[in-house]
Amino acid sequence: MSDPVNSIAEWLRTILASWGLSEGLITVILAVLGVVILATFVLVVDILLVWIERKMVARFQDRFGPNRVGPYGIIQPIADVIKLLIKEDIMPMGADKFIFNLAPIIALATVLLLWAVVPLAPTVIGADINVAVLYVVAIGSIGTLGIIMAGWASNNKYALLGAFRTVATMIAYEVPMIIALLIPVLLARSMGMQTIVNAQSPWYIFIVPLAAVILFVSSIAELGRTPFDISEAESEIVAGFHIEYTGMKFGLFYAGELLHALTVSALIATIFLGGWRGPYVDQLPLLGPVYLFIKAFLVYYLIMWVRYSFPRVRIDQMLGFNWKFLTPLALFLLIVVAILDKAMADVNTVWYVLVMLGANLLIVWGTMMILRRYARIERVRIAEERPVARAPESDNNELVGQE
Amino acid sequence: MTVMQVVFLVTAVVSLGGAVMVVTTRNLIHAALWLILTLFGVAVMYGLLSAPFFTVIQVVIYIGAIAILMIFAIMLTRRVKQEPGSSVNKGWWLAGLMALVLFTALVWMLSTWPGFQTTLPELPQDFDSIKVLGAALVSTEGYVIPFEIASVLLLAALIGSVAVAWERKS
Repeated sequence: MSDPVNSIAEWLRTILASWGLSEGLITVILAVLGVVILATFVLVVDILLVWIERKMVARFQDRFGPNRVGPYGIIQPIADVIKLLIKEDIMPMGADKFIFNLAPIIALATVLLLWAVVPLAPTVIGADINVAVLYVVAIGSIGTLGIIMAGWASNNKYALLGAFRTVATMIAYEVPMIIALLIPVLLARSMGMQTIVNAQSPWYIFIVPLAAVILFVSSIAELGRTPFDISEAESEIVAGFHIEYTGMKFGLFYAGELLHALTVSALIATIFLGGWRGPYVDQLPLLGPVYLFIKAFLVYYLIMWVRYSFPRVRIDQMLGFNWKFLTPLALFLLIVVAILDKAMADVNTVWYVLVMLGANLLIVWGTMMILRRYARIERVRIAEERPVARAPESDNNELVGQE
Repeated sequence: MTVMQVVFLVTAVVSLGGAVMVVTTRNLIHAALWLILTLFGVAVMYGLLSAPFFTVIQVVIYIGAIAILMIFAIMLTRRVKQEPGSSVNKGWWLAGLMALVLFTALVWMLSTWPGFQTTLPELPQDFDSIKVLGAALVSTEGYVIPFEIASVLLLAALIGSVAVAWERKS
């Protein structure tokens, strides 16, 4: 029972080889099998996420949430799926049919693709490529494409506005996200996920907590969740890019959004919380996925907590927050971490961690001081007396005259 | 035929077909999407040549940044769907001739290069191409001067854009 997944793969490989298949074909068959199993598992978890999300929002809003279908309403998502499947499929007039149908597929598929680089156990990972961190960024940009396609193909002004807002968000928040991702890469000396997990003693959140916070905030923006959900702000543009989608096509967007949140949580857990690392994982590799999912759900809970506690920000506030606050902070942190890491090349681990942590806390304190000054200036500026806005008399008369 | 060859042929056909569609389709947004397919095909080619870094960078830069900005710009223009008239003009044969000459010249130049005939070498299992690339970019025997010049250029562009956007208090 040391490593069940790889031993099953070896067993299948010998069986297929005894059937006389070539080496290359066997590798392809096993890879396809692995992809199907992982994708199915993740999508089944996705159905459960609907229930978790609804139950959790109900708790935050002092309600019960779904509680009729099955114990604690746990069969509710199945009922939701059946409802989505039997709904009428409407194609809006003047829509670009092919792109309209392709968009939800891309939106969900890009999220599934991210699971290829998440290490589930010490020996189980979809593809241990040495550019995994950049791969995550690349797949994220293809996800943006799916949203643009949905917004444009719907032939709807609100959908297009939603798509524009999404692009503005994604392009902006990619910058601090990549810089924050660069810091663990710098510490682990590799972009491979498995190497990053193996290098984490202690977890990176104890070495560079500020980078974890920056990644967390920019990830929420990439997810398009409250407080950054201006791309689907209900009070302004109804539902944003997926306004025209019905039935299971909408279902794919919805499932993709929920699964994206869990996937990003799993990535944050992998990069900053040690991924599959935990007690007894060396003896029993099956514990790896358990630890990973516990950590991922912890981060997911934080994302939900933020989502249901904060109001939506305006688009200018959101972009200002990114360019004037997050990006400079991330850049400064990267420079400090790089210099300290080089300076402490042969210091023992305890001192290394303490100095890094101290530097992080110092930067947080400095940032807080600057923010306090800024807030004081802003308060004075807002409190200034300004002339009350009043329509000129002449304009008023003109309007009356026209009637 | 190995699996690699099948993947190569499929990718080649898809990228070339996409490239033809870019210039023949009437709809600008469709052209941009076909262009993305072609660029993605090029990324797969890099992957087949065991250059994972270039694969991912191709997707990040060309699809994630350039193509998305192109689509963004196209979406801001009106009437992208109904563009009347022929998509070729009088000088098409000249352009075709130039393209053919250029293509022949490039193929001829490449065929004189010794690497043209060699097959893809098998890389050792623990070969880390990114480490080699990173070291080459900052070593004095490598590409440190082009790398630094590019950095200065980008910094100048950054400062320039800030200067342009700066709101002067007068």
